[in-house]
Amino acid sequence: MSGFDLSAILTNPEYVSMLVHGIEMTFIIYFGSWLMAMTLAILLLALRVSPLRIGEPIVAAYVSYHRNVPTLVQLMLWYFGIFTLMPQGLTDWLASHNAEAIFAVIGLGLCQAAYFSEDLRSGLRSVSPGQMEAAKALGHGYASAMRFVIMPQGVRNALPPLINHSVSLFKNSSLAIVIGAPELTHAVKEIENISFRTFEVYMIGTVTYLFFSLIIMGIGAYISMRADPALRARA
Amino acid sequence: MIQDFITIIQDYWLLLLIGQYPNGPLGGLANTLILSALAIALAFPVSILMALARLSKWWFLRWPMTALVYVTRGVPLLMLILWCYFVIPLWTGADVPSFLIMLVTLVIYQGAFLSEVVRAGIVSLGQGQMDAARALGHGYMGAMRFVILPQALYNMIPSMISTFVSTIKDTTLGYVINVPDLTFAASQVNNQLLTQPFQVFLILAVVYYILCWSLTYVANRVERRIARRRAGPRNARLPAEAAPLKTITEQL
Repeated sequence: MSGFDLSAILTNPEYVSMLVHGIEMTFIIYFGSWLMAMTLAILLLALRVSPLRIGEPIVAAYVSYHRNVPTLVQLMLWYFGIFTLMPQGLTDWLASHNAEAIFAVIGLGLCQAAYFSEDLRSGLRSVSPGQMEAAKALGHGYASAMRFVIMPQGVRNALPPLINHSVSLFKNSSLAIVIGAPELTHAVKEIENISFRTFEVYMIGTVTYLFFSLIIMGIGAYISMRADPALRARA
Repeated sequence: MIQDFITIIQDYWLLLLIGQYPNGPLGGLANTLILSALAIALAFPVSILMALARLSKWWFLRWPMTALVYVTRGVPLLMLILWCYFVIPLWTGADVPSFLIMLVTLVIYQGAFLSEVVRAGIVSLGQGQMDAARALGHGYMGAMRFVILPQALYNMIPSMISTFVSTIKDTTLGYVINVPDLTFAASQVNNQLLTQPFQVFLILAVVYYILCWSLTYVANRVERRIARRRAGPRNARLPAEAAPLKTITEQL
């Protein structure tokens, strides 16, 4: 094996296009599952704080399942298990529309929703009940107190764990390789199989993941700073 | 449907429990537990050393360790496993079993995460403890050994248990390098049956759920107890929220 040579990978148009497609797919899975998780998390939170008695245990069971079963097993259950139980027409449609990526989004999104909804809930719970009373005393209704007093503080408190979990969701998108979604780790493995330049291509994959993780952390730090009036005034 | 589950469990419970042992390597649930217990037992001392290195006044200890922690936090565990799978046999020149490779990866990964917990525990004690210990005649090592670490580590017990839970969940990733653990055993069962993937993987999910749920339950109980003890005998009846402990875990 010849020496360390990054250009052997980076100047080969075939490898570069495989890498670019991998990164593209990683981001499709990441954004898709992030949006799904956040939407679902807000719905779960709404169900939990709603006066419906049945909401609480349902959401608790949902969160408990998704936090105590490894994400990999959840993905396998979706792709190898539930996929085969679906009606024939749906299976065919999914198979012709990149089923691996769709199930990666579903599996990761459902799993992440549990974490996001817990983050939001603990953020809201950390707002003291006095805030609501004070807002009502000032003439706010329930909805407007929520909108102008409780939510801004609650979401701000929830930001640090939400950012952490957004970064781990990005990293967890690599788990989609197990069900065969053609994302970045998959592309890295493929190039390794063709080129035998394991060291170089792993290095490229690692640096790419690190780069985007740090960017997500950076965006998170910026949003936290914008959301905090004390920090914003200082900046 | 229910009958399918019972049949699968009746036919394959031994394979899921201990793998192909004694005719082959130990596997299944037993191996998952051994792997995660070993990983956490080794990651613990490693994480203390890493935390001390990160708090060190010498830059040549602090900088590389900080870089290592950032890299392990920014790169998927899967990528780290692939690295170890490639690099360890290259360096040692031997045919290293995948169990050992997974163990090394988990020790590095969880060591880096736990080191952040240890570091937070030490920092949260405050400088006063160290100053007082030094004033009483302890050297740096003595102060760490007898004053700082006992307090910091005691407060860390709940996060240790939740790290154990996430380690159990992390061991599933050994699947990609064929570590013979519970997930591997389940996919073997699935390959033999071929027709009942949903049933097999649901059983797998349920086993993991029971395992991780009960450990999380223990962690919460211990956390409440420690919070009560930290609040002191006079405040023993205060609710657990009186002294919330930050439990840092990495989800997987």
